[in-house]
Amino acid sequence: MLCESCGKKVATTYLKMVVGGRLKEYHLCADCAREKGYEDFLESWGLGSLLTGLIGKQERARDTLCCEKCGSTFEEISKTGKVGCANCYSVFREKLLPVIQRIHGTAKHVGKTPGGSALRVTEQPGPIVAVKSSPLEEKKRLLKEAVEAQNFERAAVLRDEIKELEENG
Amino acid sequence: MDKWYEKAGPCADVAVSTRVRLARNLSEYPFPARASQKELKEVEDRVKNALLSGNSVLSRDFSFLALNSLTQEQAVSLAERHLISPEFLSAKGEKGILLSGDESVCLMINEEDHLRLQVMREGLSLKEALETADRVETVLSESLKFAFDREFGFLTQCPTNLGTGMRASVMLHLPATAENGSMARLSENLSKLGLTLRGTYGEGSQVMGSMYQLSNQITLGLSEREAVDNLNAVSMQLIEEERKLRHQMGERLAFQDQICRAAGILQHAKVLSTSEFLEAMSLVRVGIASGVLKGLDWGAVNALTVHTQPATLMSREGKTMEERERDACRAQMVRKACGALREAV
Repeated sequence: MLCESCGKKVATTYLKMVVGGRLKEYHLCADCAREKGYEDFLESWGLGSLLTGLIGKQERARDTLCCEKCGSTFEEISKTGKVGCANCYSVFREKLLPVIQRIHGTAKHVGKTPGGSALRVTEQPGPIVAVKSSPLEEKKRLLKEAVEAQNFERAAVLRDEIKELEENG
Repeated sequence: MDKWYEKAGPCADVAVSTRVRLARNLSEYPFPARASQKELKEVEDRVKNALLSGNSVLSRDFSFLALNSLTQEQAVSLAERHLISPEFLSAKGEKGILLSGDESVCLMINEEDHLRLQVMREGLSLKEALETADRVETVLSESLKFAFDREFGFLTQCPTNLGTGMRASVMLHLPATAENGSMARLSENLSKLGLTLRGTYGEGSQVMGSMYQLSNQITLGLSEREAVDNLNAVSMQLIEEERKLRHQMGERLAFQDQICRAAGILQHAKVLSTSEFLEAMSLVRVGIASGVLKGLDWGAVNALTVHTQPATLMSREGKTMEERERDACRAQMVRKACGALREAV
């Protein structure tokens, strides 16, 4: 099978990675494997080199963009595997996006937001519970209905009950 | 005040402790690797003020510990107790932590991120640990502006922590599962679920006394709650499996013999190295859990395991010791603590 990166040479390195809980498999040729940092797989399994591998080497050379806040260049970030500051995520967003997607299998945050709660975020909103009115309010409503319906007998009873409730309340 | 690890928690027979860690950065400062000494100092002051100057219950419970004010033993002891990372210990410069009275909540300032908030709990208590971490983080966020992006979540120095910035882990005692030879297969299956199983002290560390750390790997795209629920469900499965295997092993006379011999070592040895102690204690734990032994509770087992680690032992004794002296001191402590341990008939 041909290398999945360059598509030219025969793949000799078989790579298994877990991304977002799913197992992904890659077949790379020796050159691409070396370029992506998988040459000494076991020895260079440190995170820095892993990220360097993911970010790729070709992109670094022709890069002059730098973060105006902390002065980091993309080359530095890919070399160390460390992002310089919060602003770097905006400056190098396009370049970091595929890396982040490869690490996490997604690039969409779910969960706590500043000031929010980590525990409430995934809970479905509960059913809307009607607030029960007090017996007094209920009787007042019924009285109004009775008056409107010209049911004065019923209205008189309700009026007395309301009076009683208000005096005892 | 009792330390958190001196108590027994849920599923104490297999789950030793639970940890939830949140990574946060202050939006207006460069991340630690890129920040100047002056900026790091400012970050430290701001985090300290955010926690200590408030009039909350939290502020009274915490104290600041400057690493360079500690002896070598005291500093290493913090790492042995999982309060700080080995990397934090070896890094140069002025560094400090904020620590709660019972040592269950610890804030590392200027480690890989400006802030690493960590909550420890006894046994399997993921939800409780997350609740505490969430509460402390919310209090801090009232006076600190954390770097956050709607898509990437909380921004961290290393992209592997983006999103929730949360790493939750459970320390599991899995001697029967390990003995059964299913550890490698298990690790592989767990990684498919976005979880990892590692040695006692996390990444790249070796396994001591059959203690394994199960933790989440993915931080982006899964909420804190979902990650913790996954971890809890898998932990429960591992615990059930371990219990079943232990039960099968426990019926063998040869295994009971091993357990009782281990108890004998703890009760009578005059010189005891850390590794010999951990191996024997691993068997004694199984003995207590399966009812072969009695007389020692989980809180005492956990406290002894923490207190007999080399630097913690020296720091408690208040002096530097040679290995030989330390092993003798450890044996003495263990004999005393295990005095009441006996066979349950």
